[in-house]
Amino acid sequence: MLLTRLKAGGPAIARQGILVAFLLFMVAFSLMSDRFLSADNFMSVFRQSAIIGVMALGVTIVVIGGNLDLSVGSMLSFATVLVVDLHDKIGPELAIPVMILATLCLGAINGALIGFLRLNSLIVTLGMLSAIQGLVLIYSGGQNVDIVDQQGTWFSIFGRGAIMGIATPIVMFLGLALLFHVIMSSMPFGRKVYAVGGNPTASVFSGISRSRVVFTTYLISALCVSMAAIILGSRVMGSQNNVGQGYELQVLAAVILGGTSLMGGSGSISRTVLGVLMLAFIQNGLILMGQPYYMQWLVTWAIIIIAVWLDVAAKRGRLLSPIA
Amino acid sequence: MTRKEPALRLQQIVKTFPGVRALDGVDFEVLPGEVHALLGENGAGKSTLMKVLAGMYQPNEGQIYIAGEEVTMTTPLDAKNQGVVLIHQELSLVPEMTAAENIYLGELPRKSFGRVDWKTLHARCDEILSRLKCRFSSDTVVAGLSIANQQMVEIARALTVDARVVIFDEPTASLTDAEKVVLFDIINDLKAQGVGIVYISHRMDEIFTLSDRITVLRDGSYRGTLVTAETDEDEVTRLMIGRSLDLSRNIKTPELGDVVLEVRGLSCAPSFSDVSFALRAGEVVGFYGLVGAGRTELAETLFGLRRPDGGTILIDGAEVATTSPQDAIARGISLVPENRKEQGLVLTMNCRDNMTLPQVGDLTAGPFVSSGAEIAIFDQYRDRLAIKTPSWRQLVGYLSGGNQQKIVIGKWLSMQPRVLIVDEPTRGIDVGSKAEIHNLLRELAAQGYAVIVISSEMPEVLHVSDRIIAMYHGKITREFSAAEVSEDALVQAISGLGNGTAA
Repeated sequence: MLLTRLKAGGPAIARQGILVAFLLFMVAFSLMSDRFLSADNFMSVFRQSAIIGVMALGVTIVVIGGNLDLSVGSMLSFATVLVVDLHDKIGPELAIPVMILATLCLGAINGALIGFLRLNSLIVTLGMLSAIQGLVLIYSGGQNVDIVDQQGTWFSIFGRGAIMGIATPIVMFLGLALLFHVIMSSMPFGRKVYAVGGNPTASVFSGISRSRVVFTTYLISALCVSMAAIILGSRVMGSQNNVGQGYELQVLAAVILGGTSLMGGSGSISRTVLGVLMLAFIQNGLILMGQPYYMQWLVTWAIIIIAVWLDVAAKRGRLLSPIA
Repeated sequence: MTRKEPALRLQQIVKTFPGVRALDGVDFEVLPGEVHALLGENGAGKSTLMKVLAGMYQPNEGQIYIAGEEVTMTTPLDAKNQGVVLIHQELSLVPEMTAAENIYLGELPRKSFGRVDWKTLHARCDEILSRLKCRFSSDTVVAGLSIANQQMVEIARALTVDARVVIFDEPTASLTDAEKVVLFDIINDLKAQGVGIVYISHRMDEIFTLSDRITVLRDGSYRGTLVTAETDEDEVTRLMIGRSLDLSRNIKTPELGDVVLEVRGLSCAPSFSDVSFALRAGEVVGFYGLVGAGRTELAETLFGLRRPDGGTILIDGAEVATTSPQDAIARGISLVPENRKEQGLVLTMNCRDNMTLPQVGDLTAGPFVSSGAEIAIFDQYRDRLAIKTPSWRQLVGYLSGGNQQKIVIGKWLSMQPRVLIVDEPTRGIDVGSKAEIHNLLRELAAQGYAVIVISSEMPEVLHVSDRIIAMYHGKITREFSAAEVSEDALVQAISGLGNGTAA
């Protein structure tokens, strides 16, 4: 039954397959926990997912363009430490733009190495992951940073505030998602990203500057990280040196779960939003069921494997590889 | 004819894909020792049928019999074990491995403790390769072999099993004439050994040279089987496309316009040097030469993909520097590249998006891509080029080769180029679409486009060109007008013989 559905539907069904799995999870969790379906819990999961969500938007665009970005985790540490540290030194109205610029510079390094020098994105961003972590420690001298006057600053609006009754992180996440959705689905740049990710050679033969497109995707990714850092810094009002550690994998997990192919050229922002929410609700459900925190890593991995499998199976029209 | 038990028989095969009935009750059989050609236009269902034969697709309905027994083949390995072997059009070798390792890939002969028995391996492979009259040894790394020799390795692989049926899919697409002769010998040898051969090709001359019978498919359905000796090209073509083709060349002196493109002493080491020619509006110039003569590199240089070492390019009399494809496109130069799937199309995108890709930045309403403008362009060129696709939403990878090529041509025509360069425009395309593309190139010239056709097929060059420029080893050796050209002189010019040197 599943197999015939898969055969008939092609990749489209995979997306629905993930949706169906998501709904099944929601039903299962709500049966097992009274609190799971409460409005409070919903909003809090949504709010917590915003940081990973915002970062996943940028990484989705990088991945559609045919590359990877593993440096977003330590880039988040860098940006958060910077904005929190500068907050008390030069004030939030300057700290935010300075932090955004500095983060964009890191994105530009990724973009230049991968876009213009055509180096392998896995190697470059893995290297940046460790290089930026080093940079953070050099900058902070190993000290954690915090904001002294946590009540009196307007900076708190991003992590702790609400706009028209909706928590700001949610508003920022959905706002950015909408913006990037429009860019990717309706603007020339988005089309070029899909083309470069789908076939870089044919894109060059069609007069698209592959290098510039790839470069820009890394700038977008860095911009998303800086937005996430504003939410995180404002929420915690302080930062550890390694606050972003491990985020890169959560982000990538959400992107894959949403069904964006690591081969490049396919996927979408809306699917990533779905992936982010799924990941967040599953993790939340496990905690509500009284499972230890680290259980979520195991379950997340299993879900990703199944998601990828269904996606591949849908494309080749059968569950097992046709070549024995 | 006495009826032998067919080596392979397909009966009433139906294969459907979402929205498409790719095969609609097709019958096909191969007798032992027979060469059975399979013909059809692009999209007629040849590839699908072939994949059914080779166990890559399972038919929705119908039966497959091997030596009289009904079988189901669910994987290519099943098919291979049943003695049905497919020689791919696109080679499936591991380039970093040696010929021998490729030939016995996955089935290397073993000694004790699972060690590979290299001696036996190479002995066996050298024997097979010498049977195929190959001059390279089995320890040659595949990446270092020519395409033709790589194909020999593919064939050698098929010969390791006791093949009952060997399927050749467009085997001569990248072979020279000499290599073809060798291949045909091999096919005749196999035939003499009682192997059934399925031969898929677009080239009528080959089919008539080789085959015993011809089965024709059209639009996924069976159109009939003809005995080769009792039919002719006309009948086959009519069966294939439902009409006759006029292949005769319409030699009229075209109304030539001004010189659009002029190239003076253009060089790009090591591919070509000191190339000079001029191209007028309304004319088709054919570039003919052997693979590696520097024609593709010349096209890529004009299109801004390579930097020339010297010489000048003039468009409308003004010197231009095309340092990127964007530059070239802005100057009105466009290139339909040699390799459709790798260079021409983004297979993950739909037909419309592929066609509008170079100008997507201009087809905007405000900051947004105007879907309406895109669809208008797509519709216009779909109609003009008679592209067959259910809708613009169809992923371009699902189209047949001919329709894919038309998408690439449409992509550039919609840019209103001054100069259209087409590199191997009909490679791997069936006769029907081929003729359409040839006519189209003539029409474009008549409309005032300046067209450069690069081709390795002499009939094609002779058919479409007003002038033919022959290249050999990176140099132009001779130029012919359509009226004065002869096949002999052309062959001499491209092989470095004859009186012509650098023009």
